Amino acid sequence: MSEKNRKGITRRDFIVQGTVATAGLAAASILVPAPFAIGAQAKVKVGILLPYTGTYAKLGTNIRDAMLMRFAEAGNKLGGRPIEFVDIDSEAKPAKAQQLTEKLIKRENVDFLVGPVHSVVGMAMVKMARVSGPITVIPNAGADQLTGALCAPNVFRTSFSSYQMGYPGGPAMIEDGHKRVVLMYWNYGFGKQVAAAFKKSFVPAGGTIIKEIPTPFPKVDFQAYLTELAALKPDAVYTFYAGGGAVKFVKDFAAAGLKKSIKLYGAGFLTEGLGAAQGDAAEGVRTILHYADSLENPVNQRFRAAFKAATGSNADVYAVQGYDAGELILRGMNAVKGDTGARAEMIRAMETAEIDSPRGKLRFSASHNPIHDVYLREVVKGENRVVRVAAKAQDDPATGCSM
Amino acid sequence: MELSFYLVQLLNAVQYGFLLFLVASGLTLRFGIMGIINLAHGSFYMVGAYLAYWLTDLTGSFWLAILLGLPIALGVGYLVERFAISFLYQRDHLYQVLLTFALILVFNELQQILWGTDVHGVVIPEILAGSIPLTDNQSYPVYRLFISAACIAIACGMYWVIQKTRLGMMIRAGASNREMVQALGIDVNRLFAFVFSLGVALAAFAGMLAAPVDSVYPGMGENVLIISFVVVVIGGTGSIKGTFVGAMLIGLVSTFGKVLLPEMASIMVYALMAIILLWRPHGLFGRAV
Repeated sequence: MSEKNRKGITRRDFIVQGTVATAGLAAASILVPAPFAIGAQAKVKVGILLPYTGTYAKLGTNIRDAMLMRFAEAGNKLGGRPIEFVDIDSEAKPAKAQQLTEKLIKRENVDFLVGPVHSVVGMAMVKMARVSGPITVIPNAGADQLTGALCAPNVFRTSFSSYQMGYPGGPAMIEDGHKRVVLMYWNYGFGKQVAAAFKKSFVPAGGTIIKEIPTPFPKVDFQAYLTELAALKPDAVYTFYAGGGAVKFVKDFAAAGLKKSIKLYGAGFLTEGLGAAQGDAAEGVRTILHYADSLENPVNQRFRAAFKAATGSNADVYAVQGYDAGELILRGMNAVKGDTGARAEMIRAMETAEIDSPRGKLRFSASHNPIHDVYLREVVKGENRVVRVAAKAQDDPATGCSM
Repeated sequence: MELSFYLVQLLNAVQYGFLLFLVASGLTLRFGIMGIINLAHGSFYMVGAYLAYWLTDLTGSFWLAILLGLPIALGVGYLVERFAISFLYQRDHLYQVLLTFALILVFNELQQILWGTDVHGVVIPEILAGSIPLTDNQSYPVYRLFISAACIAIACGMYWVIQKTRLGMMIRAGASNREMVQALGIDVNRLFAFVFSLGVALAAFAGMLAAPVDSVYPGMGENVLIISFVVVVIGGTGSIKGTFVGAMLIGLVSTFGKVLLPEMASIMVYALMAIILLWRPHGLFGRAV
């Protein structure tokens, strides 16, 4: 089975086509018409590597569900071909990333690879998949390198880079009148990159970083750091925390009574999809993100309703990124009418795609990273509401990418 | 930084120590006294937190949730002991490690099936929702003080039961010489089943109390598992007093480590453990075996 699917078209398709057209290999791949031989149509293999257990379980589930929803809307066909999924739990564990990616690429011979959530898993995955591997779509992992030094023609990202999570924060806070700021973040690759990007825009705009407080990842004992924060007396604090850590941080921050004197800001994960868990503690917290629940565009409203109906839970940015990953794969496959052998043509269709995403307009940079509007949001009555657009068509510098 | 800053940090350290003791107390009961290595300890902590979330949601009261949740946790502990752990008392520790590791996977899966993958929060009960001002811009949540009080109560209670009651005497005797105690006509199987269930209930209770200040999420148990073992090992196996002192030491070292040596914060605790084990290989209050 796996052998047969290697190039996307079965040997039988090829032979039949060959006898009809007596075309060469290259020509055959273009000539296979989409509705050709229904029933004998080879399945497209989509490998999914997302976390379904642990801290990031919800993120992984939402990404997958939204992507499957997009495929279902398209009749569960990619360029006319039915889909076969190979779905693996990454557990968001970097140590397992290489082995699992290898399984998808070498043993399962997937045509598309979708994943992961965790940046460090993403690094291992992209190192194996780039250039010669399957077409890879990253629906979350934000490490700058993935579309920077590790960029490749077959690697796309529908989420964000760390840079896009930090850079728009600087001017937004200056505009809100906060000039003395403390940076707090989980001390691993992604957190450090967000902090660095924030500094890059904040300091030249006249802001002062009083102190950086990196805290060990993924620990959630913030009490000692909050005491330090209180003693520093900044105007505001810019943070990166996600998932369970974000819930704990926001609650601890409020419980320590700091909300009265220090304004809490952060990369959007701080409050994204966590309203129910954070409750009142999150009220008034401002974050930077390329999505907000309340975005008033018809695509978003339709998407949110459909996602709620399909899964029973509310859509969030992760679902949006998964939905767009599905859309991007559809664009590629439809452009080549299901012929995965026409790789260059498919990549061209994907990189030039302009998508009406629930987040607004989405297109891709030369390094295949999203270009999208980034919003400043505030939690009002448990909902992330747009305050204003913080950065129009925010791009990523793609440092180190040569492609 | 002023003196008040260090005083608040001291408070943080002691409070963190109490929380650690609460989490590790169930472990020391089983690991220290019964000699069972239970890697699923964190899972029971998670079960407690999810029970608190689920029952609070259902009944509308956090207190009722604890009241209902504890018997459930005891029951879970009893079932696990009867149908799994009890077969391994005579076996090597490696078997226990394998079995309890498997239990982690089972509980994680059960948690996903029962409660899904959302991150949840539990609202702090009204009566403890206030806070006490500490400095000009920082205040201290009353609920954290309540946790500390609960820890002290549990520490005293455990000490009393183990050291002063007939039950405690049987537990200690059963741990040091199982056959002899059995020969004296005490049903060791029932005794151990009870102690194990109690340990599970303690872990779950810790999870319940922590639920309102922490968040309730998949995999939360794994975060407390390792630190619990560190506490028990530092304190010396089998000593409630040792566990208490160990928890306090870790609370202090970890809190002040974060403040004074932020780059080293994540390894300070393990460095402390290494130093203590070099100095006293059985832990601070451990008996030489």
